[in-house]
Amino acid sequence: MTAARVRRGVKRPELIGLGALLFAGGLLAAVGTRLVTGPLAVLALALVLASIVSLVVVATLGTPDTRRKIAPYGLLKPGMLWLALFYLAPLFTLLRLSLSTLPSRFAVEAEFDWNFDNYVTAFTDFGPQFQRAFIYAGIATVLTIAIGYPLAYVIAFRGGKYRTLLLGLVVIPFFTSYLIRTIAWRSILSDNGIATGFIGSIKATWLLEAIGLMDNGRLINTPGAVIFGLTYNFLPFMILPIYVSLEKVDVNLVDAAKDLYSTSTSAFRKIVLPLSLPGVFAGTLLTFIPAAGDFVNALYLGSPNTTMIGNSIQDQFLVQNNVPLASAMSFVLMFIITVFVIIYSRFFGTEDLA
Amino acid sequence: MSAPTSTGGRIARFALNAFAGLALFYLFIPIIWIVAFSFNQPKGNYNVAWQEFTLDNWKNPFSDESLTNAFVESLKIAAISTVIATVLGSMIAIALARYRFRGSGGLNFFLVLPLTTPEIVLGSSLATLFLDWDITRGFTTVVIAHVMFQVSFVALTVRARVRGFDWTLEQAAQDLGASPVRTFWKVTFPLILPGILAAALLSFALSLDDFIITLFNAGSLVTFPLYINGSFRVKFPPEVNVLATVILLVSVSLMLAGTIWGARGRRKSAA
Repeated sequence: MTAARVRRGVKRPELIGLGALLFAGGLLAAVGTRLVTGPLAVLALALVLASIVSLVVVATLGTPDTRRKIAPYGLLKPGMLWLALFYLAPLFTLLRLSLSTLPSRFAVEAEFDWNFDNYVTAFTDFGPQFQRAFIYAGIATVLTIAIGYPLAYVIAFRGGKYRTLLLGLVVIPFFTSYLIRTIAWRSILSDNGIATGFIGSIKATWLLEAIGLMDNGRLINTPGAVIFGLTYNFLPFMILPIYVSLEKVDVNLVDAAKDLYSTSTSAFRKIVLPLSLPGVFAGTLLTFIPAAGDFVNALYLGSPNTTMIGNSIQDQFLVQNNVPLASAMSFVLMFIITVFVIIYSRFFGTEDLA
Repeated sequence: MSAPTSTGGRIARFALNAFAGLALFYLFIPIIWIVAFSFNQPKGNYNVAWQEFTLDNWKNPFSDESLTNAFVESLKIAAISTVIATVLGSMIAIALARYRFRGSGGLNFFLVLPLTTPEIVLGSSLATLFLDWDITRGFTTVVIAHVMFQVSFVALTVRARVRGFDWTLEQAAQDLGASPVRTFWKVTFPLILPGILAAALLSFALSLDDFIITLFNAGSLVTFPLYINGSFRVKFPPEVNVLATVILLVSVSLMLAGTIWGARGRRKSAA
């Protein structure tokens, strides 16, 4: 094909661009998962390369219009291929390994044989861990809304010229290591720590025991401590999206409502709250999803009776070397979360998620 | 909003402000602990009970060799992965913000997916890929893993920052005879650079701090978070607090510099 023909001939350049992108991504993922192996894999990689070259050729030889239509696909390609190979392909490998069997207890290589036993084991042996993961993450999410919403509200509506500074203060603590922050809480909540000492000195131990936050005079190693840690560590993921949606609320609307004799409470309920719900929605996903898969808080603040599914996956994968079982548990976790996200999106909408 | 006039309204207002103040204080409790204990002279291996004030930890923050090595590894990984992810992610962001094109909805959705997948699934699935290919996990695999979660993050952050960009400026430059390449480097790039740098800074911090995904893909490599986790069974030296405080100080200064720079840029463009 000559340059002139390319110049005239390309009718729907965007279809070439999109096609080349999806084709290359799919092929790369197929090679990554070893669905395509041997000489075919070499051919596939050659085709991926060819699709990149052809994109460049069409873009350089084409008219400015062609170039403009094809440019976004060129810009997307490297990043999207990276995700195809290192995000998408691994999920397939994970699925395949979860249906594989270890030939013996000490074997490293698992064989794929449609073995669903891993899923049976995941549910029968690790039911409590799954339950705890979702219950703890759920409670922590509600708590982050309870703490984060008022804070975001005050910053957005009463921060004045200090808004940026206050928002910076919310973010700053999270520039220190996640692990060290959690270890700091472990020390503060420990039996000789400040928190336990303070509660003891104001003689409130019985109260906290009554509501289940303390166990035999201890704060640490209780479900409460794990939920507390999750709440703390994921709080900014709730505050920031709520703040962003509150910031967009036009204050004049509230003033208008008040001019029309609406009380502050009903003005909030009817105007500010509905307009801030997209932020709460995004915050809920950003908090609940990582919290449900977390194992750091349960590891440092909990006990063997408060382990979450993340702890079990980590243990089976890296300590017990039972990768197929760990893969099955990972997959179930992802599946449940995906179902949750879909149901949740149905009720609240996802437009503001991204 | 107008200030409430009733006593009840004033009390409610004060209560809400006080609650927000307490919430903000709550966020800082562990930070105060971390900074304070960087000045502690611990007895034994665990720096968790206050003994006495000392500056020794700050004088020799690199006295623990394995900790220093782990810290350096973390910095190297964060530097490399941030450069790759910032280039790839910014390209995606420009594509999504600048152009309207077929398939953008689906590609956008695909881009959000890694951020809505729990870290443990990202980490374990990528590790199965490396296992499947018999690739020894180490430095390179950790960089690959970090770029994977940073790309989406950079793309979405930069996209949010360049949303308000006036793309007709490009048209203007080209009307005046600038080539598309020259237009990009002379007009577009300088204007979107602050957004790109902010995203790079945040993703550097994400990489430096990542524990869960790294744990699954590190093999025998030890990064800063992995060192803390691995050594916690036997020791928790005060140098950890010093390094954590240094990270905090550097991030805060960079953030302040960015805010001041951004404010000046805004004033300049307004003038």
